[in-house]
Amino acid sequence: MLLLDNISLELETDQGKVPILHDVSLNMDAGKMYALTGPNGSGKSSVARVAMGIYKQTSGKVFYNGEDISELNISERARRGIGYAFQHPPRFKGMPVKDMLEMAMKHADGVNCQVLRDIGLCPEDYLERTLDNSLSGGEIKRIEIATILAQNPKVRIFDEPEAGIDLWSFEQLIDVIGSSHREDTVTVVISHQEKILNMVDEIVLIKDGTVNMRGDRDTIWPQIKESAECSCRSNCRLEGEIYADCPR
Amino acid sequence: MLTALDKKLLQEVADLHGEPPGAFNIRKDGKGIERRSLEGIEIIPKKDQPGIDVIVAPGKKGTVHIPVIMTETDLSDLVYNKIDVGREADINLVAGCGIHNPGSGNTRHDGVHEIIVRQGARLIYTEKHFGEGDKEGKRLLNPKTVLVIEEGGYAELELVQIRGVDQTKRVTEAEVKAGGRLVIYERLLTDGEQTADSDVLVKLMAEESTARIVSRSVAQGSSKQNFYPRLLAYGAGRGHVECDSIIMDQATVRSVPEIWAENSEAELVHEAAIGKIAGEQLIKLMALGLTDEEAEEAIISGFLK
Repeated sequence: MLLLDNISLELETDQGKVPILHDVSLNMDAGKMYALTGPNGSGKSSVARVAMGIYKQTSGKVFYNGEDISELNISERARRGIGYAFQHPPRFKGMPVKDMLEMAMKHADGVNCQVLRDIGLCPEDYLERTLDNSLSGGEIKRIEIATILAQNPKVRIFDEPEAGIDLWSFEQLIDVIGSSHREDTVTVVISHQEKILNMVDEIVLIKDGTVNMRGDRDTIWPQIKESAECSCRSNCRLEGEIYADCPR
Repeated sequence: MLTALDKKLLQEVADLHGEPPGAFNIRKDGKGIERRSLEGIEIIPKKDQPGIDVIVAPGKKGTVHIPVIMTETDLSDLVYNKIDVGREADINLVAGCGIHNPGSGNTRHDGVHEIIVRQGARLIYTEKHFGEGDKEGKRLLNPKTVLVIEEGGYAELELVQIRGVDQTKRVTEAEVKAGGRLVIYERLLTDGEQTADSDVLVKLMAEESTARIVSRSVAQGSSKQNFYPRLLAYGAGRGHVECDSIIMDQATVRSVPEIWAENSEAELVHEAAIGKIAGEQLIKLMALGLTDEEAEEAIISGFLK
């Protein structure tokens, strides 16, 4: 369904061009759930942003259902069926939650504000609230997840959905991401959380801008954990909850 | 008899579809053309100058529409209205001015509103400006509102001008007495070569008086905006001034909020921000399938809501 073919990415920074991704190839099939994991700064979000068209790859191609979408912009990709829940969703002064959900639903079929209930927010309390600083980071994040559920895309990319969310909501979040996944959908979750990694079919370890390991969860997860512990013992570079038993 | 154009302008400025509910006075091209008083809400034409007096009896609840429409080119109109909201009354007053300038001369409306909100009364005041016309004639609107809120009174002013007006200078002055509360929401969008100035001066006269001024504006094209919201506390009042502007293209925005206290118990805060639309906001909405133009419009529309 979604294919990233030999993707390399350089980004312009104050220090000049910085290489971010190197020959990343990933094929993601309908009906499967994937986790992208790896150390901070390894390139996980960049992979997602290339898929969404937010970053333009330096080389390589992106295919969706066999169509080369490498030159399509963000809107066109969204209309094809790719959705992306931001790690740090922007705030919008004056814009009610209701408007955001309506915009998301414009290109989807028949989802209603049940999506707010699904992530633990009462529509009566939240539909008229504005997406500004009056909402906490956790609330903004949950509304971001609800927006993707409302958009109902075929490829759903959740970028660290657990970040900033309390423990109780986290359990709900896992449930809703899992239960809303369908046979005609690709779900990609960027995460360090073991509970999230446990619910996916395949895990992809991104490290230093490359696909370092990939495979089904039961095979790959022990290897990743071992690798993380080894690296951690040697230089304490890796961080995150899945490395909680790190001996440092 | 209202024409189709009159009805369109009334809909734009006062959301009116047909005859207004409640008391009303419609002024067109410098003359009052339709008027209705109700028991407890009297609308009386002034004898010595153009304009009306709106007298609301104590305890009266209701709606008053006093829109102005202008449909001729090369025309200036100056009007003085006085609105007296009696004790414990509760009034929703819709003012505003719509200009359709069909020619190459300027069409200008200057409106002076003197409003007194008596003890314990409540006033929701909406003033919307609208302008249109496809010739070179300019649409000019200069409203001045002078407001006194007596003890325990409440007034909420919603001042809206979205495109269409070439030049505006808005002056708003208010005195808030003990226990009185004032909220001003100002929303403004200018485009092209339009200019807009807004001077707001609110005086908190005594203890427990409060004021909140929220100004949101978008400046597009080569338009110019100047904001001078000032909040003075003579008594132990509390106030907050918030000015936010989105600046685009080659526009200019100047925002100079001022707070000034003459009482050690006063609490005043101001904040002002000018910035462009954040790239991440555009990307977020485009990731929902909106084009970049649609995303920009949605952000502006939400910001000015």
